[in-house]
Amino acid sequence: MSHDHDHEHTEPPSDLELRVKALESLLVEKGLVKPETLNAIIETYEHKIGPRNGAHVVAKAWTDSEFKQALKNDATEAVASLGYCGRGGEHLQVVENTNDTHNLIVCTLCSCYPWTMLGLPPTWYKSAPYRSRAVSDPRGVLEEFGTRINEKSIIKVWDSTSEMRYLVLPQRPEGTENWSEQDLQKLVSRNSMVGVELARSPEQKDKGDK
Amino acid sequence: MKGGHDLGGQSEMGPINPELESQEPVFHADWERRVFALTIATGMLGKWNIDESRHARERQDPLAYIQNSYYKNWLEGLEKLLLEKSLVDTEELVLAANISSQINESLLAPNPSLAKRMLAINTFSTMKTDSEQLFRIGDSVLVKVSETAGHTRAPRYAQGVVGTIAAQLGCYNFPDSSAQGIHEGKFLYRVTFSGVDLWSHSSAQDEVLIDLWEPYLEAAIN
Repeated sequence: MSHDHDHEHTEPPSDLELRVKALESLLVEKGLVKPETLNAIIETYEHKIGPRNGAHVVAKAWTDSEFKQALKNDATEAVASLGYCGRGGEHLQVVENTNDTHNLIVCTLCSCYPWTMLGLPPTWYKSAPYRSRAVSDPRGVLEEFGTRINEKSIIKVWDSTSEMRYLVLPQRPEGTENWSEQDLQKLVSRNSMVGVELARSPEQKDKGDK
Repeated sequence: MKGGHDLGGQSEMGPINPELESQEPVFHADWERRVFALTIATGMLGKWNIDESRHARERQDPLAYIQNSYYKNWLEGLEKLLLEKSLVDTEELVLAANISSQINESLLAPNPSLAKRMLAINTFSTMKTDSEQLFRIGDSVLVKVSETAGHTRAPRYAQGVVGTIAAQLGCYNFPDSSAQGIHEGKFLYRVTFSGVDLWSHSSAQDEVLIDLWEPYLEAAIN
């Protein structure tokens, strides 16, 4: 019998794992949290709320000029009309990329992010390298994501220091004139709504990554 | 507070090395899931607000803050708040001993359906005020150098730099006071900074936009 294949599972738990387990037991025992509530919270952010929400909003804005205008006027209200509201989306602002302006979102002080639109932020968004350089060297940061912005374009970096939460409205890719809203959603990556990438081109539709 | 969290413009933090979007899980380990959920669930007890919670994570040795993984910092912050708000005591937390099931006050730990409702409703940070806004769109403003030892949302890289008021956003809960449990509204502005005023190497046309509360700003002499 080989033990090699499940080696990882038999490693003793780390100090950190034990510390978190002990804390959870303590809080449950004291009646401060309910285990089933913890599971419901995890389920919500792991499976229910994610970048699909934002992709829905962006694709609708690409195909419905009235909705796009509403989104620019009051994004919180506009996305609520599609059923999106709640924690981390109360003061939503949508910033639109154009031929001469590219927008990039960061939170240099912590990890503020439009939860109702994109779910929880990816690790890189919360990391020191991104938080430090997005403001001081946005073009260098974009290159690390393989994104090149025209030298003549303005890059606007939005540092989320208040409860305002920013979502980038990327440009609609060329060659998608007759596409349905549903097909367009597949072109709206999470990264394009943070501004580190552009929306996927039609050729990249089913690839998942750029 | 000059903590490790105030990262804007810091150098030598290394490459970003992002994981591929299609391959990155929401959590990278089970303990991260639990720390996240414990933080959200205990936050629902109403014993602290978002600014106290941020401040608790920031109050660490700067090097430790930077070296810790993201959810390790959440764990540090959560344990600190639980102790400071007397929801647990040191013996229970550190020694895992003498757990008393008694809590001195009646706190309602939400059940799953209440928790989901609490996550799905908008809780606005706007506040009412009778005072007049000091600044108008187009005004030049200087970000004051912060002397506070407490929590602030004026990033260091903008302090001492002149920007332009781009928008009046309204009156919002002021984080510097909120982190000390004091609820007061101050005017919030969107301020545009030219990249070259912040960084000598910036492309001339690039801009940084920061949301700043009125107490952070003073009129700049043109």
